[in-house]
Amino acid sequence: MLVLAVTVGVLTAAGVWLLQQRSMVRAIFGLTLISHAVNLLLLTTGVPGWRVEPLMSTAQAADAADPLPQAFVLTAIVISMATTIFMLALAVIGRDDDQEKVPETGEEHA
Amino acid sequence: MLTVLIALFAVALVAPIIFRFADRNGFYVLAAVPALGFVWLLFQLPEVLALQDSVNSGASPPSAAGTGLVQTYAWIPDLGIELSFRMDALAAFMGLIILGVGALVLAYCARYFQRHEARNASFGAQLVAFAGSMFGLVTTDDLIVLYTFWELTSVLSFLLIGYSAHRIFARRSAIQALVVTTLGGLSMLVGLVMLGQAAGTYRLSEIVAAGPELLSGPYAGAFMEWAIVLVLVGALSKSAQVPFHFWLPAAMAAPTPVSAYLHAAAMVKAGVYLVARLAPAFAESGWWQALVIGVGLWTMLVGGWRALRQTDIKLILAYGTVSQLGFLMVANGLGDRDAAMAGLAMLAAHALFKAPLFMVVGIIDHEAGTRDLARLSGIGRNHPWLFGTAVVCAASMAGIPPLFGFVAKESVLESLTHWGEHGAAGAGLWASAWAWTPLVLVAVGTVLTVAYSARFLWGAFATKSLPTDEGIVQVEDTRFHGPVTAGALGPSALLALACVAGAFIPGAMEALPAAFGASMAPLEPGSEPAYLALWHGLTPVLGLSVAVIVTGLVLYAVKDPVARFQAAVPSWVDAQRLYRASLAALDDVAIWVTGRTQRGSLSYYLFIILSVALLAPLLALLFPQENDGGTGLAESILGSAQWTWADTIAQVLVGAAMIVATFAAIRARKRFMAVLLISVTGYGLAAIFALQGAPDLALTQLLVESIVLVAMVLGLRMLPPGWYTRRRSDFKVPRAILGIAFGAVMVAVAVTALASRTADRISLEMPRLAYEQGGGANIVNVLLVDIRAWDTFGEIAVLAAAATGVASLVFIQHRDRQPGNLQDVASGSVGRYRAQDARERQELAAVRKFAIVDQDQWLVAGRTVAPERRSIIFEVVTRLIFHVIILLSIYLLLAGHNTPGGGFAGGLIAGLALTIRYLAGGRYELEQAMPIPAGVLLGSGLAIAALTGAVPLLFGGQVFQSAIVEFALPVIGDVKFVSSTVFDIGVYLVVVGLVIDVLRSLGSEVDRRSEAEGTAQAEAQQRRREARASAEASSAVSAGGSTSGDGRAPTRPERPVSPDAGRVIS
Repeated sequence: MLVLAVTVGVLTAAGVWLLQQRSMVRAIFGLTLISHAVNLLLLTTGVPGWRVEPLMSTAQAADAADPLPQAFVLTAIVISMATTIFMLALAVIGRDDDQEKVPETGEEHA
Repeated sequence: MLTVLIALFAVALVAPIIFRFADRNGFYVLAAVPALGFVWLLFQLPEVLALQDSVNSGASPPSAAGTGLVQTYAWIPDLGIELSFRMDALAAFMGLIILGVGALVLAYCARYFQRHEARNASFGAQLVAFAGSMFGLVTTDDLIVLYTFWELTSVLSFLLIGYSAHRIFARRSAIQALVVTTLGGLSMLVGLVMLGQAAGTYRLSEIVAAGPELLSGPYAGAFMEWAIVLVLVGALSKSAQVPFHFWLPAAMAAPTPVSAYLHAAAMVKAGVYLVARLAPAFAESGWWQALVIGVGLWTMLVGGWRALRQTDIKLILAYGTVSQLGFLMVANGLGDRDAAMAGLAMLAAHALFKAPLFMVVGIIDHEAGTRDLARLSGIGRNHPWLFGTAVVCAASMAGIPPLFGFVAKESVLESLTHWGEHGAAGAGLWASAWAWTPLVLVAVGTVLTVAYSARFLWGAFATKSLPTDEGIVQVEDTRFHGPVTAGALGPSALLALACVAGAFIPGAMEALPAAFGASMAPLEPGSEPAYLALWHGLTPVLGLSVAVIVTGLVLYAVKDPVARFQAAVPSWVDAQRLYRASLAALDDVAIWVTGRTQRGSLSYYLFIILSVALLAPLLALLFPQENDGGTGLAESILGSAQWTWADTIAQVLVGAAMIVATFAAIRARKRFMAVLLISVTGYGLAAIFALQGAPDLALTQLLVESIVLVAMVLGLRMLPPGWYTRRRSDFKVPRAILGIAFGAVMVAVAVTALASRTADRISLEMPRLAYEQGGGANIVNVLLVDIRAWDTFGEIAVLAAAATGVASLVFIQHRDRQPGNLQDVASGSVGRYRAQDARERQELAAVRKFAIVDQDQWLVAGRTVAPERRSIIFEVVTRLIFHVIILLSIYLLLAGHNTPGGGFAGGLIAGLALTIRYLAGGRYELEQAMPIPAGVLLGSGLAIAALTGAVPLLFGGQVFQSAIVEFALPVIGDVKFVSSTVFDIGVYLVVVGLVIDVLRSLGSEVDRRSEAEGTAQAEAQQRRREARASAEASSAVSAGGSTSGDGRAPTRPERPVSPDAGRVIS
């Protein structure tokens, strides 16, 4: 299972890195990666080891994977789809999601 | 009791209506309410006294219910807070003052304010509401309710002081009063909660009864002392005691009725009331004596001294009030039987003389237009009735017999004498000195009172002379604008009469204070209770009174030397300046903190947020709590041998692919490449879901990833293809470190979480619940649509909001365009490619000649797409699979309860089918495929889901409860229908609506706009060419009619293939 933990770690690291970029689209990518990571984390915590699909017609309750984290993740997937698309609309509506010029904030830049 | 309270607030609400009909006489209507309350309360007095007697004798507990005078209603039972009201002797006494004076002040308002003044209604409403708050404050028996009314009076006081909102002084004074009293109020709230916690009840009466035990019980010591001090800070600030006194004189910016009522008779008495209320319990505490008696004495002297310096007759009264409040604090804070009676008598006396004095000042101010004592002259001679009223009241203030002020002051001095004797008996030097201090300082304070009372009368009414060059000249008599009417003077005259009457029938005034005093122990056990009387015999106190009056008059007589002396003595610490300085310092700190934290840099905020989000789980990992089972980071990584590298080789392959795609996505130079790589991680995630026994998740993730990919590609068309790569590498290293650290912590979290399961999972019961109650075999789906349906309902609300957001961002004004008639759209007009050079033009011409088909062979609107964009294979495939996919989506929707699928998966598949139609046939194809507007889909989806939740309520079930119906259908066989399927249909519609919105806004609308833009550009180009050509032609003509010199013919504009090209259907 360590491979899943490492995948979660890499996805998060890359997500945090992208989130801190100036470009809005890259920040959206970062959030996408972070939500992938969190979904995977939620699922792995719920399912230690491979389990049978939680379908009562084919599996016994004792063998089935934990359905609760699956329900959480399913909700999370759809919600992050909605928010991603909304952020995308925000990002592209201006037709230029990153500026070359640093906006004047009155601060001195080193 | 509650009727009175409710009536006061109710009449405040309807005040605007009253004033519309009655104009300023509406004040009389308002006054009738407290007046009726006053009369009602008078009739209750026998019962009040009976209640107080039975409490005093211990016959009934202090908070006994049963009579109409104790009423309790539940408010916040979990916190032990009740709407409890209790009319004991003290409450009734305060209530009579509040209602009586309130009624008279309201009546006075009817002649004080102008006719047709628009703000009369709101002013009257605020004043009545204030009376209600004050009445609630003194009658409630619950600490928190008391606090609520307390703050209500603060807020109303703020509104009333700021009546002249156009004057900066009024606004500043109002804010100052609010800040000071609210600060005290907050402190008091903390103290009250501490008291309530210590006593285990929020009942005021029970806390007072338990006072001695509290002071010696388990909470004794610092806890109780702090509680008492905090409560007292609230009481002292409300009653304008030093060092909070400065707000009260400034509050004189209010109209005179407000000063008369709030800042003399009622609100400022709230602090005194609270002290009187708590004195029986806590008067023994050391901090109590230091604060109440010490601060009270100091305030009395400061107020009196300052009153002697004022030249504004209203300010003389204001500082006089400060002084008197200090006096009242001392008198009511002693906490023995006789002092309590005397203190309350003095409180009544003060209300009776101070309110009319303010009203008199109001009349003078109103009629003369000034309150400066140097400019007022001869008023006493010309207005005898006014003068007479003022003389009676001022004399009562100075304590001159035979007036009630004298009687009350005598009894206070008497009780102070006893307090001195009692405290000094057998005590050491310092204790004796402290015991006699109140009497001595109060005597000095009353001397000042006599002096400023005389100064007030002189300042307001005397005929004055001024020394000038031509000798001493008499100041011209002040002229009044109009006569002093009975309506204006009546209320004050009535109160002046009460000052006289109180002195001659002291028994009537004494009943309630004596009953309240009897609840406390006397100083000397077995002594006779004190009583009010004009003539107590030739006692030492009488001698003291005479001496005080004489000294005070002397002090007044030598006012000129006194004034010089006062001018010479520098003023003490100026509390007003201190207040301003501390507010300014607060502002500075706020600006400093804001400047340091709110820098306006998004990346800075993100860095802080992410760092905190990193540290919180890291600390939890490094320092596990005891109740975590002690599984720390080290144990979970080193100690557990359970975890393995991977379960299957497939897991490793998928994980590796995701990791590689992630790194590649970071390094991608083009946006489209990054999008594709990011979606690789998404598809990889779907694969892992499938491997982990989560088919629903895998299916949904797969579909979601596809929809997002389409949306991304559609959206990114508007942006330049490459990133802007920053040239400076500022903060790159910290950012990278933050990202890597975050990743590392997440690995640790994942490992720890995997190794830390100790408890049984909470979902053990879910399979059974899902099958038996939800009627479905797919537990995840039943969780979504039944067990956790609320959650899903919230989720689809988010979807609808996001869809609406996307649509409104793109369309701005309306959700989407009405589909037009397909016949009007020219063939091959959509998405025309514009040739950039001659070679491309040739190619385009070839393609167009070859590929124009005007028939709708496969797709409804396929012909509208420009020939160079069409793919006949794509159209054929779309034609073949579209309906199959739609059928599949409906199957998934209906079968999801038992097998993988459900509303989300079904909706997403349907959305994909529509996406394919759009991609193959353009925006007109999409319109044909889904004529229903997205908004309708979203709305009906939400409505269906909501109805599924609500309908079970009609049948006595719970929200979102499922019903299972089984029936047999011909051909199909047995059908088991679960009502939550309907909920899933709602989900399905919302998801389809979302996809449609995305396609129509990021797809169709962007297509349309870029085409319109392209057409506009082409036309502009053509115009430029024509203009250039005609310019060249004309220059050639002027050069001599020859052909153009360089032989280059003007470029012929490219003609559109179809005359309808670029036409837009909107």
